[in-house]
Amino acid sequence: MTEETRGIGRLLLSPAVGLLFIWMIVPLGMTIYFSSLHYNLLNPGTEQFVGLENYTYFLTDPAFLASLRNTLVLVGSVLVLTIGLGTLVALLLDQAVVGRSIVRLMVIAPFFVMPTVSALVWKNLLMHPVSGLLAYVAKSFGLTPIDWFAEVPLLAVILIVAWQWLPFATLILLTALQSLDEEQKEAAEMDGANALSSFVYVTLPHLARPITVVILIETIFLLTVFAEIFVTTGGGPGLATTNIAFLIYSQALIQYDVGTASAGGMVAVVIANILAFFLVRIVGRNLEA
Amino acid sequence: MGRRITPVRLLINTVAAWIVGLMIFFPILWMVLASFKTELEAFATPPSFLFFDWTLENYATVQGRSDYLHHALNSVIVAGGSTLIAMLIAVPAAWSMAFAPSKRTKDILLWMLSTKMMPPVGVLMPIYLLYRTFGMLDTLSGLILVLCLGNLPIVVWMLFTYFKEIPKDILEAARMDGATIGRELIYVLTPMAVPGIASTLLLNVILAWNEAFWTLNLSTSAAAPLTVFIASYSSPEGLFWAKLSAASTMAIAPILVLGWFSQRQLVRGLTFGAVK
Repeated sequence: MTEETRGIGRLLLSPAVGLLFIWMIVPLGMTIYFSSLHYNLLNPGTEQFVGLENYTYFLTDPAFLASLRNTLVLVGSVLVLTIGLGTLVALLLDQAVVGRSIVRLMVIAPFFVMPTVSALVWKNLLMHPVSGLLAYVAKSFGLTPIDWFAEVPLLAVILIVAWQWLPFATLILLTALQSLDEEQKEAAEMDGANALSSFVYVTLPHLARPITVVILIETIFLLTVFAEIFVTTGGGPGLATTNIAFLIYSQALIQYDVGTASAGGMVAVVIANILAFFLVRIVGRNLEA
Repeated sequence: MGRRITPVRLLINTVAAWIVGLMIFFPILWMVLASFKTELEAFATPPSFLFFDWTLENYATVQGRSDYLHHALNSVIVAGGSTLIAMLIAVPAAWSMAFAPSKRTKDILLWMLSTKMMPPVGVLMPIYLLYRTFGMLDTLSGLILVLCLGNLPIVVWMLFTYFKEIPKDILEAARMDGATIGRELIYVLTPMAVPGIASTLLLNVILAWNEAFWTLNLSTSAAAPLTVFIASYSSPEGLFWAKLSAASTMAIAPILVLGWFSQRQLVRGLTFGAVK
């Protein structure tokens, strides 16, 4: 490679690197700075340095523990649902099926629906306790319809988010299954492996890596689920569906408490970075190859 | 699928797959059906599935309200604008890392990926205050900027994974023939890079179209894209389901079509090349 090429390479790279650096460092620096201030937009001009007080306040607030719990339940349940069901759907679509490409289109469709649409369609058309379709189905089986957003609000949000992310898990696992060597599967069958042991000893190990990738990427997005809560429950009833992202949002743009919201923001950044560390390692290993 | 299977097995697979597919797709189908009902029928119990008086009234109502078109146009401008600007910045960067890599290229790539891990809510406060100070709240340029920067790492990564697969021998050959970098770029690389660029463009438009954190927090009316317009249906209770469905159908239809075209790129794009 010539010196000229190298120079041009650096020149072409610098706008992207520079912009991303500013995009990362300026807001992050401001968040750290704000997190050390007593600063409320409703009382402008009263800012003062308070050290780590905002962090103490945020972390000891009962709302933090409740929203941390909700965040973990939401992320965990959606992961279990999407990966469990996603594996089953992917295994099914990996078989010979008449009209497979059409079924595939139907399965991936929810991923392209904007979050506000899927949340409102589920809330009104499907989960409405009187006129929703699920209520009608329950009644026709002689059951009492569930008032989803009053009785099991967090479960309702979980189901909506899981519906949106099921296609992602399915698609990635299906892609991985299709790259599994057909000969490997046949060899296992020749050796007398039945379907179950062939799945456990051949397919599952092959899926380990894609499943890890799904877990990490979904977690990054699921930690910041916002629109679905914003348009359905507004975090309620009480704190029942408030996750960390929504808690910080409500401190920021409902209570205008810049200091506490910034401290909360830093907590969210730390949690996300712990996960990012693992993801970057996995993807990085792939770069070597 | 080299293996032969029995017709019975094929039938069972097919029936099972179609049932699963229809169940997953059902909420969308149900929404589209509701958009052709009257408000009374959309709300009725028992619900009517196919045998109702089909009407285009909701589309006319939603279309007729000038604000639908206004928000749809905002979506096009924000998704298209942020994508195009991101591409202008990312194509040179990805080209550079794929064809003129340095010792630090890998670190830069991983660092870019790590900026995507920063939860938006972590920087909500500073961005909001900066936007307020500079009068960028509820402006199209403000949304374009934040979505462009937010998606830039994904765009660079996707382009990089595509460019990396272009055989280097061809470039060497062109260089031997005395091609300048400019000529190399236009005549040799561009034709081979077009499919990758097109897929990246498509995926990024989809992501930007559906983005619902920054759009909900930084825009209210003038610059509000469809995500925010649809969210405005969350408050009123009562006879609005058919109109919500019609507006929603129009909001997702173009992206659904684009998404179906880009499904293969989706996997490598969203996994940063970890799964292909």
